[in-house]
Amino acid sequence: MRWEKNLILLAAAGVFFVLTSILAGRGLISRFVLLTMTQVCIYIILALGLNLITGFTGQLSIGHAGFMSIGAYGAGFIMKTFDVQAGPTLIFFIPFALIFGVLVAAAFGVLLGLPTLRLRGDYLAIATIGFGEIVRIVLLNTKALGGASGMPLKQFVGWGAAYWLMLLSVVLIYNFVNSSHGRACIAIRENEIAAETMGINTTKYKVMAFAIGAGLAGLAGGIYANHMYMIQPSTFNFLKSFEILVMVVLGGLGSITGCILGAIVMTVMNNALGIFPEIRMIIVSVLLVTMMIFRPNGLMGTTELRLPFRRGPFGTKGDMTNGG
Amino acid sequence: MLELENVHVYYGAIHALQGISFRVDEGEIVTLIGSNGAGKSTTLKTISGLLRPKEGRMTYLGKDLTAVGAPDIVKLKLSHVPEGRRVFANMTVRENLDLGAYQRRDAKGIKKDMAHVFELFPRLEERQAQVAGTLSGGEQQMLAIGRAIMSQPKLLLLDEPSMGLAPILTRQIFDIIRAISQEGTTILLVEQNARMALSVADRAYVLETGRIALSGDAGELMNSPEVSKAYLGGR
Repeated sequence: MRWEKNLILLAAAGVFFVLTSILAGRGLISRFVLLTMTQVCIYIILALGLNLITGFTGQLSIGHAGFMSIGAYGAGFIMKTFDVQAGPTLIFFIPFALIFGVLVAAAFGVLLGLPTLRLRGDYLAIATIGFGEIVRIVLLNTKALGGASGMPLKQFVGWGAAYWLMLLSVVLIYNFVNSSHGRACIAIRENEIAAETMGINTTKYKVMAFAIGAGLAGLAGGIYANHMYMIQPSTFNFLKSFEILVMVVLGGLGSITGCILGAIVMTVMNNALGIFPEIRMIIVSVLLVTMMIFRPNGLMGTTELRLPFRRGPFGTKGDMTNGG
Repeated sequence: MLELENVHVYYGAIHALQGISFRVDEGEIVTLIGSNGAGKSTTLKTISGLLRPKEGRMTYLGKDLTAVGAPDIVKLKLSHVPEGRRVFANMTVRENLDLGAYQRRDAKGIKKDMAHVFELFPRLEERQAQVAGTLSGGEQQMLAIGRAIMSQPKLLLLDEPSMGLAPILTRQIFDIIRAISQEGTTILLVEQNARMALSVADRAYVLETGRIALSGDAGELMNSPEVSKAYLGGR
């Protein structure tokens, strides 16, 4: 039963991809829309990572753009150093660059995860803001990586790769959250002392959540770097971190489908309102305030969107992710 | 089974436990009584590894506890029911119990123990799909104890199980504590309700500002004039 459902889902994902590729090939999907769709994938990966740290494990982090920039510059650094050109070598170099970005970002995630053993709540949030800013300023002053003018790159990763990597991330997070590791993370969010008396190694899981979340941000950064032609430290500022947090909160802390929804809504809205730059932030702010009044737990709360199966893969037996 | 020797614990500059020594033997119910701030909860937290002693020795089943972290202490079959119940409020009763068995991998044994918990607390079985935060205080206490039993403890640390409960519920909880003890689990009980605690315990220690002031047979302490005056409201 279970693998049948998964097969149907995979087929649906494949059909969607083939459809968009054909339509894009014929020019029926404009380049702007395709760009938005790629950005949606990047933001979904970012939101998934932050959701693991903040939504599931309960560690408020506002430095996610820092991890993203580390991944972006890590991947960019590989592409630059080996002077990768279009051609068959891409099959090797793109995964290599992306994985390198993921690993470097995850290593920094562990580094930032360690202080969480001592810091909680607001104090942790401040430390993560500081981390994001430090990364940005270091990059700004590193001539080898382009400094303030940034690092020009080629577009080697398109909609297709972004789409499949996004799906891979969803599967990864979904399985992690529904494993005993994920349950341990949720238990820490719910009540740290109780989790500790259950024999859950809270230190280990907090650091693990940071490492995986940061790794995903690194992946998103790597895709971004290889898609946008150019990366600059100023792109990965505090506002970017905040934007990702808003997506997670908007969708519902602790809901995978929620944060996917949040990422889609925010990215589409940002791009659609791009033609009115003056009032864009006003509209976004009004929407957020309204949201928080009428749905204070986000679009989804901690529940998951269920597919119309008898028991959809995004809703599990005895759903531990459920509840306010 | 458990032995503390000259244990000192600090909260920053505050000297919370000032050289505590006591022991718990297998099969006993031992209670620590004392007023607010005497260090009762601190003692339990230190035993279960949530706090670290600065000085002193703690041995449990012949092992040095001071060198073991909280997660591994649970593996040694020592379980702590923290003060104020601390159930996972957004999870169901069943999920709370599942987490109690977090370190176990024997699905069959877990199932058996779950049935046993439901036998001890029929209320929990009725409410197993209910979110724990919506249970009454007494039910939450039952859940907290049930959750601890799921880790198959040999020694159970109970911190203020009667806190905020009506007298009738308190009595129920104490009946359960007695039943758990009769099944062979050793119990170290911390209580404000000294009369209740002394009535169920074999031996007792009286804590006063981080020191053991009195110790002895529970029945004797119940009748001792000092305890009666200070904790039981006697003349």
